[in-house]
Amino acid sequence: MASTETAAVAETENPAGTAAPGSDLHGVEAGLDALDAVQVQRTPLTQVLRQKVLPPVLGVLLVLALWQLVYSLHVTPSYKLPSPLAVWQSLQDLWYQGTLFSIVWTSIWRGISGFVAAVVIGTPIGLLVARVRPVRAAVAPVLSGLQSLPSVAWVPAAVIWLGINDSAMYAVILLGAVPSIANGLISGIDQVPPLFLRAGRTLGARGLSGARHILLPAALPGYLAGLKQGWAFSWRSLMAAELIASSPDLGIGLGRYLENQRDSSNMAGVLLGIILILVVGVAIDLLVFSPVERRVLRSRGLLQTSR
Amino acid sequence: MSTALTTPNEAPVLADRSGAPAVRIAGVHKTFGRPGADAPVLDDINLDVAAGEFLCLLGASGCGKSTLLNLVAGLDRPTAGTIEVAGARPALMFQEHALFPWLTAGKNIELALRLNGVPRAERRPEAERLLELVRLAGSYGKRVHELSGGMRQRVAMARALAQGSKVLLMDEPFAALDAITRDVLHEEITRIWSERQLTVLFVTHNVREAVRLAQRVVLLSSRPGRVAKQWEIDLPQPRRIESACVADLSVEITEDLRREIRRHGQH
Repeated sequence: MASTETAAVAETENPAGTAAPGSDLHGVEAGLDALDAVQVQRTPLTQVLRQKVLPPVLGVLLVLALWQLVYSLHVTPSYKLPSPLAVWQSLQDLWYQGTLFSIVWTSIWRGISGFVAAVVIGTPIGLLVARVRPVRAAVAPVLSGLQSLPSVAWVPAAVIWLGINDSAMYAVILLGAVPSIANGLISGIDQVPPLFLRAGRTLGARGLSGARHILLPAALPGYLAGLKQGWAFSWRSLMAAELIASSPDLGIGLGRYLENQRDSSNMAGVLLGIILILVVGVAIDLLVFSPVERRVLRSRGLLQTSR
Repeated sequence: MSTALTTPNEAPVLADRSGAPAVRIAGVHKTFGRPGADAPVLDDINLDVAAGEFLCLLGASGCGKSTLLNLVAGLDRPTAGTIEVAGARPALMFQEHALFPWLTAGKNIELALRLNGVPRAERRPEAERLLELVRLAGSYGKRVHELSGGMRQRVAMARALAQGSKVLLMDEPFAALDAITRDVLHEEITRIWSERQLTVLFVTHNVREAVRLAQRVVLLSSRPGRVAKQWEIDLPQPRRIESACVADLSVEITEDLRREIRRHGQH
């Protein structure tokens, strides 16, 4: 019996233990894919509202309530701390005078065009510094130094060089935003995994086509973070410049409005100015940068969905 | 053993060496640092890979097998000697999938086609065909992070094929996968190699994997890397990694591999 069994084994036309036919493999593979595939789910809208929108709204309401409470208790005289309602009144006044839009737009327009110029200048600088070693050795320390220098410090110099006009405003914005945009791109490029560059080279992407198809898309998350910070720096520098430099040529932006209110000791107007500056800065971030950044990170699976 | 034995598919048991080799490695030395002063990583490697051959480079860590693959891929230059590759720039697959996360699976393949000069209108259908070849027909629009490890390596395989080269270099491409998935991918690469008549140069430190896949196994010694021994594997394809013949040959090759490694402990 034992011998026939052995013979049977020896006779199978399968000495190498040949694999099962392809169709069977296909089934195994489909099963594995189904078992291993990563499920990506989007959070439902109500959950987003509850977890992302509600808390900050409650926070703002809490601050307003505290403010009203302090005002009602007469902790400080009302010329130092006017009521929320008085600030609302100032806003309405601006609205009925028809100047609200022009004040806000003057600053936003300057801020955005200065920021766009900073992107146009900062991006090639960042690329050069990141990819050309001698340039990096020379320029990188200067860029980080400039980034830690408050750009307000440039206002007096800009005014002497360029006069009290829009050019001085733009110069201050650029000096504030260009270093952080360039630095963002540099750190974005530094964080590109070398494997992507090797893979790109084997696919035949070298030089310019490598930069376009591999390096820049791979560096995008770092670059976006740099742009976001660049906008914050642009806006801050601009407000500082508008506060300090005064000239009829400049028109009235938010910074100038704020300074005018201080001149006339109108605390409600001062607070309104601060709030408007804050709201514009946050709104641009929330409406422009955050959605783009979230989109990019989500498409790459880098965004943890909260559960 | 029965002489009437037929292979279950068209996969050739032994490579046909009559034509010109697909890859010719002649007298290759590689030293990182100063030649002559620093120890060479590769020392006088001579190896011809026949067109359509499946060759596994086997060796312990430090034998320079990945270095050799990089030289063949053109990512680095040999210190001395020549490497000739027939046809287009060879395709290279890594241990990590190296797919670009900012592109979908399909667009990853299309990028390779585009860099290979394929006209725009042909890219999408060709990418779909390649995805079908690796049995991922429905995954064109999937992002890399939505795919499992095995699916990612299959997309990477499709992307490598999109380069249009008949020579495929693989640097431990399945080392990071679980055993079940690796087993399935062994069957896939065997099938695709024989269907597309590719020349495969496959680097691994896994003896059974080498015996499972290769027509020829080349054992490299370590520091410096030299060709220590070669085996022609005349078992019909597709083989099973758990089969007795694969195991027997693995034992023999492992003995030689260990002998090579032991030499380093004796100094």
